[in-house]
Amino acid sequence: MPLLHEIGFVLNGSPIRLSVPVTMTVLEMLRGPLNLTGTKYGCGEGECGACTVLVDGLSLNACILLAVECDGREITSIEGLAADPAAAGLRRAFVEAGAVQCGFCTPGMVVQGKYLLDTRPGADRAAIARGLEGNLCRCTGYRKVVDAIERAGTTPAEVADD
Amino acid sequence: MHNSDGSNTAVTVRAYHAPQSVSAATALLAQGETAVIAGGTDLVPQQRTGSGTWQPVLVSIRRIKALRGVREQAGQLWLGPLTTVSELSCDPLIARYAPVLARAADCFASSQIRNAATLGGNICNASPAGDLLVPLMLLDAEVELSCSRDGVISMRCLPIEEFLVGPGSTQRQPAELLTGIRLPLVDAARIFVFEKFGTRPALDIATVSVGLLAVAAGDCLQQVRVALGAVAPVVLRARAAEAVLEGRRLDNEAITAAVAAALAEINPIDDVRASGWYRSELVCNLLTRVLRNAVAA
Repeated sequence: MPLLHEIGFVLNGSPIRLSVPVTMTVLEMLRGPLNLTGTKYGCGEGECGACTVLVDGLSLNACILLAVECDGREITSIEGLAADPAAAGLRRAFVEAGAVQCGFCTPGMVVQGKYLLDTRPGADRAAIARGLEGNLCRCTGYRKVVDAIERAGTTPAEVADD
Repeated sequence: MHNSDGSNTAVTVRAYHAPQSVSAATALLAQGETAVIAGGTDLVPQQRTGSGTWQPVLVSIRRIKALRGVREQAGQLWLGPLTTVSELSCDPLIARYAPVLARAADCFASSQIRNAATLGGNICNASPAGDLLVPLMLLDAEVELSCSRDGVISMRCLPIEEFLVGPGSTQRQPAELLTGIRLPLVDAARIFVFEKFGTRPALDIATVSVGLLAVAAGDCLQQVRVALGAVAPVVLRARAAEAVLEGRRLDNEAITAAVAAALAEINPIDDVRASGWYRSELVCNLLTRVLRNAVAA
């Protein structure tokens, strides 16, 4: 029986208290006990970005981040962005740009896109592409993902409502 | 984890601590059987792949504020080991005094990894291909190691070159914590280069990396430093190549001689990323290009 450790954090705006095995990753915690399966398990070693989440506003790979290390922090997963009015433009841009093929990498791409727009507003296509270097799409549909994030960054907020 | 004989050597973590001070952390380390976790970007995947194991006591150092920050201190640049790679790439003091470190940080893994991975972690992981180790070798960095004995903390300071022993191996004793990194404060304009060869620009472990730091004086280089990654058990300073280049006109003959000297200093292995022969070819081509560009600049 692995050692359990109680942690408290804010997940998508709601405070949570939970006992987790000390070596459990944030990805395992989200997809397991918290039943939030939008965050995907791709490679399990920080190479593909399908599990990207925001922790205190920083994009991180949830598959190599221990849940215990998130005690006292604020986690935003794709489910949080799905409900966030401030991310409406980004969601719409992914749809309008056709930036989704099989969809497996999409949650990570959207979360990383949010991080890019938050930290580098006005980023050009080259900066967006660089910002996505940790997100792999095996359908190889990168161009439209860059289109979507560029569009979300330049679309005025008032016409970005869903 | 599985050994080559198939036996399972998984270690069960029986305690987790997240101390808030160096004294509390070193007191825990003094009791032994500990693994230190910072960003976790090496430690966690190493458990998955079996290239590492947990220790019975896991000590998270992320709450220790004294291990954060970058500042000028006693005529040196002091860097907290918890400084993330993202922070290194945009810190104004590092941009001024150690731009080659910012450059290597910018080439490091991916955005997500840079947000988590720490300077101290990259040093203690001691990969022969560690991206930040090349600039730290160029800059003659020193590491501060602290330990606690009977409640009293003592600190020793080692040059990075001495600290790194082999792949994954350092001079850090199990009871010691890396508590700081010191760089000399050099404000003079220097040529600096960090070049990394891999199969893609991002998220690749260097097949070979090359660093150069020098002062340009006409068509000569002075105070020349050359560091090479992924061509020996540790990141190397190519001192014979440096000696060839020092103060000499940087013509084709000097470049050829410097590359020949560097090739005699390295000891590259065959692995999944490249053969030893290919790594030697890369050192030859990359170093030649770096030096030619240094003349042109």
